[in-house]
Amino acid sequence: MSEEKTMSSRAEIFANIRRGLRRTETSEAQREAVRQRLQQHPRNLIPARSQHDHEAQVALFIRMAQEAAAEVVQLESLDQLPVAVADTLKAKGQDELILASDDTLTGLGWAEVHGQVECHQRVGQVGDQASLTQALVGIAETGTLMLYSRPESPTTLNFLPDTHLVVLSRQDIVGPYEDAWDRLREISPGRLPRTVNMITGPSRSADIEQKLQMGAHGPRQLVIFLIP
Amino acid sequence: MEIKSPEFKQSARIALQDANLQKALGNLKAGFPGKRAAAVARMPEFDALRDQARDLKNHILENLDLYLEEFEARVVENGGQVHWCRTSDDARQTILQICREQNAKTVTKGKSMVTEEINLNEYLEEHGVQPVETDLGEYILQLRGDHPSHIIAPAIHLNLEDVSEAFHEHHNRPKSDDPAVLMAEAREMLRKQFVAADVGITGANFLVAETGSTLIVTNEGNGDLTQTLPKTHIVVSSIEKVVPTLEDMSLFLRLLARSATGQEFTVYNTLSSGNRRPDDQDGPENFHVVLVDNGRSDMVGTQLQDMLRCIRCSACMNHCPVYGAVGGHSYGWVYPGPMGSVLTPQMIGIEKAGLLPNASTFCGKCEEVCPVRIPLPKLMRHWREKEFEKHLSPKAVRWGLGGWAFFATRPGLYRLFSAGASTFMRLLGGKKGKISKLPLAAGWTDHRDMPTPTGKTFMQQWQARQKQEQQP
Repeated sequence: MSEEKTMSSRAEIFANIRRGLRRTETSEAQREAVRQRLQQHPRNLIPARSQHDHEAQVALFIRMAQEAAAEVVQLESLDQLPVAVADTLKAKGQDELILASDDTLTGLGWAEVHGQVECHQRVGQVGDQASLTQALVGIAETGTLMLYSRPESPTTLNFLPDTHLVVLSRQDIVGPYEDAWDRLREISPGRLPRTVNMITGPSRSADIEQKLQMGAHGPRQLVIFLIP
Repeated sequence: MEIKSPEFKQSARIALQDANLQKALGNLKAGFPGKRAAAVARMPEFDALRDQARDLKNHILENLDLYLEEFEARVVENGGQVHWCRTSDDARQTILQICREQNAKTVTKGKSMVTEEINLNEYLEEHGVQPVETDLGEYILQLRGDHPSHIIAPAIHLNLEDVSEAFHEHHNRPKSDDPAVLMAEAREMLRKQFVAADVGITGANFLVAETGSTLIVTNEGNGDLTQTLPKTHIVVSSIEKVVPTLEDMSLFLRLLARSATGQEFTVYNTLSSGNRRPDDQDGPENFHVVLVDNGRSDMVGTQLQDMLRCIRCSACMNHCPVYGAVGGHSYGWVYPGPMGSVLTPQMIGIEKAGLLPNASTFCGKCEEVCPVRIPLPKLMRHWREKEFEKHLSPKAVRWGLGGWAFFATRPGLYRLFSAGASTFMRLLGGKKGKISKLPLAAGWTDHRDMPTPTGKTFMQQWQARQKQEQQP
């Protein structure tokens, strides 16, 4: 369709809406009210369950993530990650890992597990066994991870591998989604990253006879490594 | 999709006799309502959230033009393009043109009811572009040349054997009666398609004006592969899906999964804001948002405006006794159940869809479970009135209503007649107290017995009681 046509479609749609709302001109007050809402992004009702103290939120996050069929592995320090990852993959019969290129991850002692896990840094590809990426926050309310796209962490790593491993710091666990949006605005002021993924457990489908099956098109398994 | 809504009566009759369909519908009734109830019980704030969601949707609709303008401006800032489409035809042409600019041979698709509404697949195929549905349910339907019968569980009308049969025929594999094996098969087959596609088309559950983002909600992850791997991502959405901010979207997300599948949260909630950033290693280079009106802007400011609050959760059809008895295909077009009975007449005309708003017992369950409190029975009644005004209702209905009005406005006659009818039915029922055949009411008595009136009429009882109360 020509650009002209979509512009006339646009004009028609807006004219129709304004006719329905019985106004030809929008008042400055109305525009200001809309601008204010967008700028201040006020919060709506937040459930009580996601407003407890941090300790309680961590416990809730773990419970909800496990309920959504994610595995949660608690570590005493980040340094333990390579060995924990190697053990997890071994248990799943996997020996290949695509690593996001974030410094926190690449700087770890992967040499230690060299014989057990073959590490790569690249985008996800069909046939990949496992990936390791870092979450921005964990949302306790529903056990949800928030990840975002950046040069170091391609989105395909979150979806193509059979097993998705995610590192999350306990202090990055928040209660409600609203706290996560604030963190996102902090790290990416003025414009969101291209892709923001909220992930709650591994992929699934109930499209055949409403019987839930795990591992539809995304990762079959989701493992969360909680570090201090 | 061919419009078969005028044949609702025949379709419903056939559906009621279809043992396989009835078995499949049993899965729906045994699943969704109980799961929703459990999720609601875990969220004490659920009803308060529904009130806020209704009010927020009303606020959005009162400012729909302004939020759409803001959304458009942010998409463009993010490096995307917005296309406005007044009709289905405009939308189809726009999407085809984008595909042609990319020399697209195959297009992967995430689940989208709007693309069903605009009949996109058929159109693309006719013009040499092969669409590939990637949602498991939609994939099964595409192999069978079938259409969704439910807005979130598209293949709910099928049984395991149907899926096994379709896969056996198209995948050249032995049949299996294990859903896990069948799903693994679909996963393997679609992996190649995800990578080969030139364009990925998804719908959107919400459009965020604050950030110019589109959001999709899926459990399978197919939508994410659809929009991440191809060079071009096209989002097809209707205009009423815009919300002001991420906080506002959160309010609806708290209601959506719980109302739909009874999940606390859907597995993947993904925001897309424009195209790939300079140093990104993956993601689409081109980002298009195709905004479809298709009669929605005409609903603004009318009685039907309330329907634009709909967030497509499917709770209304999951709880509807009519949907549960006849299934989605009987409704004869894209949107089934109570929400479809309100939307379909708007989109294809009351002349063709007149039977749908009549296919309701007005039990009110749909309104009771609606997360944004749409008065669905009231809106169906609106269409019944329109139908009557336009003289579209069948003669039997018009005469029946006329006859009833004649008696209802003459109380003496009405009482005389109803007392007579009551006695007649008591005689007809005899000692059994049940009537198994009643003139003019075979639709009822074919499936169940009519109980006989047991006592006096309401007016007789009322007068007797009044007398009693007057005595000291």
